Amino acid sequence: MSDFTMELRGAMEVLHKLRAKGDVVVTSMGSAREWIAMGPLDPLDFIFVPSSMGQAPSLALGIALSQPDRRVFACNGDGSMLMNLGALATISAESPNNLVLIVLDNGVYEVTGAQPTPGSALGRLGRRGVDFAEIARSCGWPSVFRFRDLADWQDAAANSINAPGPVFIALEVSPVPGAVGPRSPGPTVDRAQKFRTALTSPRIRSA
Amino acid sequence: MFAGEQIAALFAEMGVTHVVTVPDSTIGKWGDAIARWPGLRLVRVCREGEAWAVAAGLHFGGARPLVLIQCTGLFESGDSLRNVIHDWKLPIFSVIGYRSFLNQDTLPGDTCLVFTEPVLDAWKIEYRLVTSESQIGEIRDHYRACIGAGKPGAVLIAEGKA
Repeated sequence: MSDFTMELRGAMEVLHKLRAKGDVVVTSMGSAREWIAMGPLDPLDFIFVPSSMGQAPSLALGIALSQPDRRVFACNGDGSMLMNLGALATISAESPNNLVLIVLDNGVYEVTGAQPTPGSALGRLGRRGVDFAEIARSCGWPSVFRFRDLADWQDAAANSINAPGPVFIALEVSPVPGAVGPRSPGPTVDRAQKFRTALTSPRIRSA
Repeated sequence: MFAGEQIAALFAEMGVTHVVTVPDSTIGKWGDAIARWPGLRLVRVCREGEAWAVAAGLHFGGARPLVLIQCTGLFESGDSLRNVIHDWKLPIFSVIGYRSFLNQDTLPGDTCLVFTEPVLDAWKIEYRLVTSESQIGEIRDHYRACIGAGKPGAVLIAEGKA
């Protein structure tokens, strides 16, 4: 955990730059906090706050299935991924080619005080940490990537997100010291209605 | 109580597009018919908590999902349904197998009978109890009433074995 060199903000900025008009981005927990800070938000950004921890990939799967012409990014923490590991099997069973799941693995439950997860080496009494990319590969995801260096992620990101989907990307990032949880950027009912309207409005394609 | 084709035809008539499910020994028998039915897509999830979130995403994307699970899965998935139907106020409808309601031969003293309805009440989900085949129309009627009002709802399907 402590030897991770990629910072969460830097990792998220790569996605922020690559995200195209019409793409959907679902963020939760720490990724939501960083995405809000990088603002302004796009109508197709879904800040999944409040959430049911672990459900961001499942929510994104539903969006991807109902909006097959849109690319859907889901950003999830490692603690959240552990809480809903079955989603990796569910998603690969449905195999939506428009879904990109990014797991930001810092080894800790960051927003509750950086306690180690049971998937991290520290939380496993020094045993090897859980390898999410290997789990995704075993679940049959067609494209699986793992990066621990920001420069490598920057160099490979465009090709990675355009690989045959669904795409799984594990980014090993360093915890943010003293980080707090994200705040909802507005009333949920209003946000839900606006998000659904944005998602279901006819896409305007450039000539 | 119901054949898979009856349920698939009903769901299609109701306008459902996706059935998000974890099977049990009663509702699981409907899966093949649902999967084959034109206009319906069966989405198999690993755990019931996933089902509510997948359904939420489908709803956001303009689809008309329905969650099909057993009451034990209702117990498992509380936080996810709380988030979807109370935090986000999404009108997700569910059909829930009510284990051991018709008899308890397999599981005498099954506590599903103790907790299922109080749990639905606690989650503030308006439900109907279907105990016989003649009530099939109540599923459609309650669904339409709930969707028309923009609120969640559920139907309990009485099951006869564990």
